[in-house]
Amino acid sequence: MLSKIRLKPLILLSLVATLGACATRPPEGTPPGEVFDPYERNNRGIHKFNLGVDRFLFRPASKGYVKIFPDPVVTSFSNFAENLTMPGQALDYLLQGNLKQSGNALLRFAINTTVGGAGLSKPADELNLPPVDTDFGETLHVWGVGEGAYVELPLYGPSTQRDAIGVVVNLFSNPINFSPVRPIDNIGVYAEVVRRAGDRGRFSDTVDSILYESADSYAQSQTIYLQNRRFELARDDEDAYLGLYDDPYADIGTDPVRDPYLDPYEDPYAE
Amino acid sequence: MLNNHLNRRGFVATGLAGVLMAALPAYAQTEASAKALVVSVVDDINRVIASGKSEKSMIRDFEKIFAQYADVPIMARYVLGADGRSASPAQLRQFTDAFQGYISNKYGRRFREFIGGQVTVRNARKIKAGYEVRTSVKLQGSSPFEVTFLVSDKSGRDRFFNMFIEGVNMLLTERTEVGALLDARGGDLNRLIKDMKQNKLS
Repeated sequence: MLSKIRLKPLILLSLVATLGACATRPPEGTPPGEVFDPYERNNRGIHKFNLGVDRFLFRPASKGYVKIFPDPVVTSFSNFAENLTMPGQALDYLLQGNLKQSGNALLRFAINTTVGGAGLSKPADELNLPPVDTDFGETLHVWGVGEGAYVELPLYGPSTQRDAIGVVVNLFSNPINFSPVRPIDNIGVYAEVVRRAGDRGRFSDTVDSILYESADSYAQSQTIYLQNRRFELARDDEDAYLGLYDDPYADIGTDPVRDPYLDPYEDPYAE
Repeated sequence: MLNNHLNRRGFVATGLAGVLMAALPAYAQTEASAKALVVSVVDDINRVIASGKSEKSMIRDFEKIFAQYADVPIMARYVLGADGRSASPAQLRQFTDAFQGYISNKYGRRFREFIGGQVTVRNARKIKAGYEVRTSVKLQGSSPFEVTFLVSDKSGRDRFFNMFIEGVNMLLTERTEVGALLDARGGDLNRLIKDMKQNKLS
């Protein structure tokens, strides 16, 4: 038991070292809105594998899960999983130097675990505390690590080199895993799978439309993941936030043939 | 007495003319008008969702809302990206038309997931092309998420020209998708327009 605990930081260190060593930077001068995907061939292979897993395993299991259990039960299980991540998130906020949010995460954990019945409900939400949503990938971002290349991880899905390190570190860094009263090993990981199944089942139309109805599901999941991730990380940085806007009105106007407003009588709906 | 009456009428008439003169040529976009547009879009969409009509007629209603409140020509142009530069004006018109149906069909089918959702307009601020209006959407059983509308009056009146859901830019995402759809057709825009109109994309 003791040796197992000592082993974990070692595995962790070597993993971070290996992943960090292969982290490639986008070449200087690449616009921030662009996608850096030097491993596209490899990524597309993993994407195909992930699609297969989803089609034959995760999608049917998730749809069954939300069909069998009523909505409030699915929500409760998701709350339970989210609550288990709170001590880990508190640790990440601490590493980011954000003491306020670190305390907030711990407060939520304390309230939801006790009053909320092991975290099955979220009474802390009623206190109007700011939302808690971080991970080790964000910690690395705060420390100044760039996102690196886009990668699609087996079973997990879209990520970047930086966030992949975060995912692996967060597998081990949750203090819950080191607590003496722990019902099941890696309970956080199992709970997370159940939570993801709840989301997959609930928003199955949206996920299906991305994975199975788009012309290039790899490109769609990639752009959606990167945009959302960059948005999450830029949320507190107004300049970066506004930088996400592209002005379509700026593109046209130079070429009279292309300017839809040059001829005020043009009616695009008349046919 | 008579004089007074005429005077009053004259006063009312001049006043009305003044109001009309002020209102007609000087249409100006304001933060309030941008917010009001978003509120109208949300209200209209909610009304359709709550109507309980068949999916097909709901999608038809969504298309009307989209055509009314969105600057579809500029959106279609942006989504075509570099491929739009070599297109003829007639092709662009047809693509705009096809794009309108494609968007209404694609997103209209998913509004079911928004049943019972609550949209709150949070704030608006000036951006280059007009205004950014941020809203917060609360669905049952999930944490609130941010939906942002970009509104511009460059078409002559307030219309939204882009939408972000938790930072995911609808136009940019559709540009990627339309690029892939074109690639799958060897870059043949006419074929894409035809397939889009017949709803035969995959």
